[in-house]
Amino acid sequence: MTDALLTGGNASTEVPLKRRLRRAERTRQVKALALVLPLLVFLLFTFAGPIAGMLWRAVDDREVRQVLPQTVAALADWDGKDLPDEKAYAALASDIVAARASGTIAIAAKRLNYALNGFRTILTSTARNLKTMPEPGAAKETLGKINAAWRERATWTTIRDASGPITGFYLLAALDLVRNVDGAIVAAPPDQAIYRSLFTRTFIISLSVTALCLILGFPVAYLLATLPPGRSNLLMIFVLLPFWTSLLVRTCAWIVLLQSKGVVNDSLHWLGIIDEPLRLIYNRFGVCVAMTHVLLPFMILPLYSSMKAISPAYMRAAASLGAPPFTAFLRIYLPQTLPGIGAGSLLVFILALGYYITPALVGGAADQMISYFIALYTTETANWGLASALGAVLLLATILLALVYGKLVQGQQVTGGMKN
Amino acid sequence: MSDNASLRTPSQRIAWTATIIVSALVFIFLIAPILAIMPLSFSSGSYLTYPLPGLSLRWYDDFISSPRWMNSLKNSMIIGVASTLLSMVLGTLAALGLAQWKSRFKPLVLAFVLSPVVVPGVITAVGLYFFFAPIGLTGSYLGLILAHTALATPFVVITVGATLQSFDTNLSRAAASLGASPLQAFRRVILPLILPGLASGALFAFATSFDEVVIVLFMAGPEQRTLPREMFSGIRENISPTITAAAVILTAVSVILLATLEGLRRRNERLKAGG
Repeated sequence: MTDALLTGGNASTEVPLKRRLRRAERTRQVKALALVLPLLVFLLFTFAGPIAGMLWRAVDDREVRQVLPQTVAALADWDGKDLPDEKAYAALASDIVAARASGTIAIAAKRLNYALNGFRTILTSTARNLKTMPEPGAAKETLGKINAAWRERATWTTIRDASGPITGFYLLAALDLVRNVDGAIVAAPPDQAIYRSLFTRTFIISLSVTALCLILGFPVAYLLATLPPGRSNLLMIFVLLPFWTSLLVRTCAWIVLLQSKGVVNDSLHWLGIIDEPLRLIYNRFGVCVAMTHVLLPFMILPLYSSMKAISPAYMRAAASLGAPPFTAFLRIYLPQTLPGIGAGSLLVFILALGYYITPALVGGAADQMISYFIALYTTETANWGLASALGAVLLLATILLALVYGKLVQGQQVTGGMKN
Repeated sequence: MSDNASLRTPSQRIAWTATIIVSALVFIFLIAPILAIMPLSFSSGSYLTYPLPGLSLRWYDDFISSPRWMNSLKNSMIIGVASTLLSMVLGTLAALGLAQWKSRFKPLVLAFVLSPVVVPGVITAVGLYFFFAPIGLTGSYLGLILAHTALATPFVVITVGATLQSFDTNLSRAAASLGASPLQAFRRVILPLILPGLASGALFAFATSFDEVVIVLFMAGPEQRTLPREMFSGIRENISPTITAAAVILTAVSVILLATLEGLRRRNERLKAGG
């Protein structure tokens, strides 16, 4: 600015002015970015960083190489076809003696036990019985005597596969896959293969809830969009009040209503309709009812705004051209609500996929969704690798659906009109 | 009915009646559970069912005299207010910046800023748990405030951004041409005009923090348990009428927030219609 003033005194004013404008605009842009920057840095620390950390934990695998460093080094050039040589056994013996002294055996044992059930016992019993380092050249024999598992190839491939520093083990496990002794990816044994059915269950519950929300939400949105504003604003309270009521309050309300000595069962009994209380909660029915109740406003609101945008002139035109009401509805009205249906359904489905609180409180053991297991593995069993891998799968699904949602609502006012 | 003119055939009338009946049932479905638990909190008995044996305030008394519940209410307030203030500062600045910033990366940045709303609560909670534990932010007020701020800020960015959208930028230019410094222009011209938007953003932010339970579940120590967290354990263990009293208190807070928001919206519409 200053040099423009200094040099541009009597020269043709057009070029410096353009340049000055450009420079002013650039300063404005830098200032604008500087205003956004604090939030970006903040979210990096409180949101993106933590999630990146979680994703890293899904592939991080350093426990075994920290506890058994010599063994991992010795197995690096092992072809895996036969039992490893004496060198590896000696390395393992030396690692175990050292790890016992530093008390770190349990760390490796826990990790190896994930891959091979019973490994914890193998490692701890070996550590207990290996009083001193075996004689040079006798490590293989000594270890084999302490625990016959050391004479099996699978024991060694398990250590090798857990050598890290990164692993696909947890991600494979989250998809019910494992590496077999030869390193090929195969289906997990049936007793461990629980995650695909977990995804299916999560998917089915989310889909049922979405369908219920659409069926229940469509007439309501239609009514609200058709009524005169005064009346529809009043009825809108019925949608917004639950929307603003705490999730915990609503879940609590459903338990009070549906439990075996709850309001619904008592009323039905009093009316003489039932003799025995119906089982309405702590099962799939309860989960679907409570989740539909919580998510219904998320369906009604986008449907309402898409229907509000449909001019009644179209329907009148269809009628005047001789279309019967039902045909006009099906061919003229419904197609115009499709973006709203898509946006509402996707929104409900995305929110339902990650649900935790409601199924945890009103569901039975067979109704828990993926979030429940992520929480369980994080806080109860501390299997952080698996928790993170399941989290990665859920996050991927959410992001993909959110991208579709973003495409769908492009141009609609969901981002508060802040698009370019 | 505004639609009377178009309701000519019997089949249309039947369809309209069906819409009304189904909608009425859905409205009942939406509102009845919330209304149903309210009277139970005034029951003099300890069973959560009707008919009520008598009316009393014993469960509210129980709530107020319980240090556990009162502490949780206090925690909800502390964390809610602090994260609202923090998210207001960060969110308003970002919304102001985004309104002026022109770049092809803007949709990307906006998507990033809004993503805490979409990402499932458990994922954010687990990530924060891993991330905050080593630096001593789990089991602390600060950690919860930071986490809730991250969740609440998108709502501030959206509401304030929407208000800025309808803000006439010539006004700030006029202020500048009359000699106001950018800060003065913001304080004396922009701020009064976007104040309703800021207030809505603050309400959204507070409601987000006040209702949040997943992150609290993972990160709060016994000292930082919030009201929803206390309700979560209460529901898990055994639903006592005290929980219904807590539910009524929470709902009252929601109604106040909603009413304030609606009032702001109406005022805004009046102003727009008037201008």
